[in-house]
Amino acid sequence: MAGVLECPAIVAELYYCLMKYAVQVNSAPYNNNAGLEAYRFIQAALQAGHQVPRVFFYKDGIYHALRHATPPDDEINLTSLWSSLARQHQIDLVVCISAAQRRGLLCEDEARRQGKTDTDVAEGFRIAGLGLWLEASLDADRCLVFA
Amino acid sequence: MKKYLFVIKRLPNDGLHVSEHLDLILTCAAFDQSVTLLFIDDGVLQLQAGQQAAAMQLKEQSAIFAALDLYNVTDLYVETESLQQRGLNAAELILDVSCIDRDQLGQFFTQFAVIIPD
Repeated sequence: MAGVLECPAIVAELYYCLMKYAVQVNSAPYNNNAGLEAYRFIQAALQAGHQVPRVFFYKDGIYHALRHATPPDDEINLTSLWSSLARQHQIDLVVCISAAQRRGLLCEDEARRQGKTDTDVAEGFRIAGLGLWLEASLDADRCLVFA
Repeated sequence: MKKYLFVIKRLPNDGLHVSEHLDLILTCAAFDQSVTLLFIDDGVLQLQAGQQAAAMQLKEQSAIFAALDLYNVTDLYVETESLQQRGLNAAELILDVSCIDRDQLGQFFTQFAVIIPD
């Protein structure tokens, strides 16, 4: 047994089944608790040594990326929690471009292209296509949808 | 390549849920993944013929369902009990589907790597 424990790979096999998760968030922050549950799941997963390289915000989930969300001080600010989680753990927060545009959230260059002014995308989030959702789901061991 | 199952359980034109779900489905199919659809609960009504969404100024989704064939999405399943409960039978639906009984679904789900609800 002592010999086995000296081999880190086997120890990892024995004690953890480390996984790479793809996470999708489909509902708005105040619609239900799905976004908060996703956030808490990711925190727990990272703490346990799992990987969450990317979170994909789809459907009403795009509302998590609104930079100017300003809830009262005694409430959590999920958008800023996402931003700091992304900063701490280098998580790629991707907002679906078609879901975002139809709901009025444009990234700066797209807003400029359309003759609009918009700097609403919060720190750590970026707007991109469904191809990145597919890439994350192909790359992951498990895909989770919080809706 | 991974095997994706997309589950559709919502009513037609219930917000944009199914429409945006279809975008995921078509993205997967366009990138040559294995895509299967399961219609369950109210989702079976998506395939009911004779819907007139345009009359309600809503987008006609049946046209997108009909286009699934072009993307080689042909593995379509409908839960038998959901159809029966809504007085429908598979022959009246707008697409060619296979029926699957509720008690077989547990086994059915095990063959997919990714399961995405609408």
